[in-house]
Amino acid sequence: MKRRRKKGFTIPGRQLLLIITAVCFILIGLSFFTETSFAPLRFFANITVVPMEKGLNAIGTWMSDQADNLRTMNDLKAENDTLKSQVDDLTLENDRLRQDRYELNRLQELYKLDQNYEQYNKVGARVISKDSGNWFNQFVIDKGSDDGIAVDMNVIAGDGLVGIVTQVGPDWSTVRSIIDDSSNVSAMTLSTSDLCIVAGDLTQMNEGTIKFKDMENNDNAVKVGETIVTSYVSSKFLSGLVIGYVSEIKVDSNNLTRSGLITPVVDFKHLQEVLVITDLKQTQ
Amino acid sequence: MRVPRERFIILLTVIVCFFLQCTLFKKLEIASIAPNLLIIVTSSFGFMRGKNEGIFVGFFCGILMDIFFGDVMGLYTLIYVYIGYINGCFRQMFYDEEIRLSLILIGGSDLLYGFIVYAAFFLLRKKFNFGYYLTRIIIPEMVYTVCVAVVLYQVLRLINRRLEGIEKRSGGRIV
Repeated sequence: MKRRRKKGFTIPGRQLLLIITAVCFILIGLSFFTETSFAPLRFFANITVVPMEKGLNAIGTWMSDQADNLRTMNDLKAENDTLKSQVDDLTLENDRLRQDRYELNRLQELYKLDQNYEQYNKVGARVISKDSGNWFNQFVIDKGSDDGIAVDMNVIAGDGLVGIVTQVGPDWSTVRSIIDDSSNVSAMTLSTSDLCIVAGDLTQMNEGTIKFKDMENNDNAVKVGETIVTSYVSSKFLSGLVIGYVSEIKVDSNNLTRSGLITPVVDFKHLQEVLVITDLKQTQ
Repeated sequence: MRVPRERFIILLTVIVCFFLQCTLFKKLEIASIAPNLLIIVTSSFGFMRGKNEGIFVGFFCGILMDIFFGDVMGLYTLIYVYIGYINGCFRQMFYDEEIRLSLILIGGSDLLYGFIVYAAFFLLRKKFNFGYYLTRIIIPEMVYTVCVAVVLYQVLRLINRRLEGIEKRSGGRIV
């Protein structure tokens, strides 16, 4: 175990530093050039940090439940009234959506999106921890290899793509979201099937948008509000997962490509529960 | 054989701080910036206990970061080990009551951490917009980290004094 350093404490600082530097470079080399998964380390994290995170998550959920119970009867009555009128509105909208659904089925058939992602096998998971720094947007969920999660599985929430699994332990997994700076997703427009790359960007993260680029500048009109979904040509992402809606589009200065901004469907600031699609693209 | 108990207490501190940083302090974000408690721990223990301890604490902090959030195992480890070592070099100037120097060191360590993360993860991917990263991420993180350090450093100092008490009683090391 890495905790027990058997070296005596008489090694001077500088030599120890050089030794540790060499160890780190070996680790970097190992993980970069080979497929070692460092399972003992992940197991160690499994038994130390993750139970505490899950415990805090449970406490937080319990506390917010208790706080909810303290609401008075009047609040509940007022809410009941507004909810009733909401139900009426929602029923109307539901009817409209059902009509849209029929159209969606026809369009999907038309554009040969043969698999709607409702047919994929999914596993539910909770977000128990966010990335520890401010530079990236990753989070940890409470399902791991024991629950069938593997690296490169897609993660969705509600109706939209959230990210992809990057690390897996026995009881936990790390997910990199699509708004993370180093994330690049191959995508296409739903109506015209124009390919583009959806790239996360740190500068856009706080605005709540993601960039897309390298869309061919052809005659197909792509308007604001166009749905962007994952494309067929991605090697890791299943096709047809909704990413977001175009909020801005312009032609690049080279006149060959278009780029712009997308508003994602998922609210990344308030993610609590996600679904992991356990079908891997490679095995299809 | 070294007294393993003091190492164990330090490890426990690191794990608790990592866990708090990823959960509680993400809820207490100001302008989407959370403080970096691992830097505080590495810098404080390195400063209070010397180079070897600094390397050890840095190594452990880095390994934790790498397991969960690193693409490549070993990169965060390297960064934290060096921060621990550099802080350990300042041990001669350590006085128990003096807090200003430790805050300066913590702030400096966090600044250094920000620069290295930018250089290693962003600059090499052609993201040259350094002004944005400096004003929106590096400086606010440093300020927030130093503010939290004012409180956390007292806790760590207490732990350090307890550890030194354990060492004196067991006669393991000449302080």
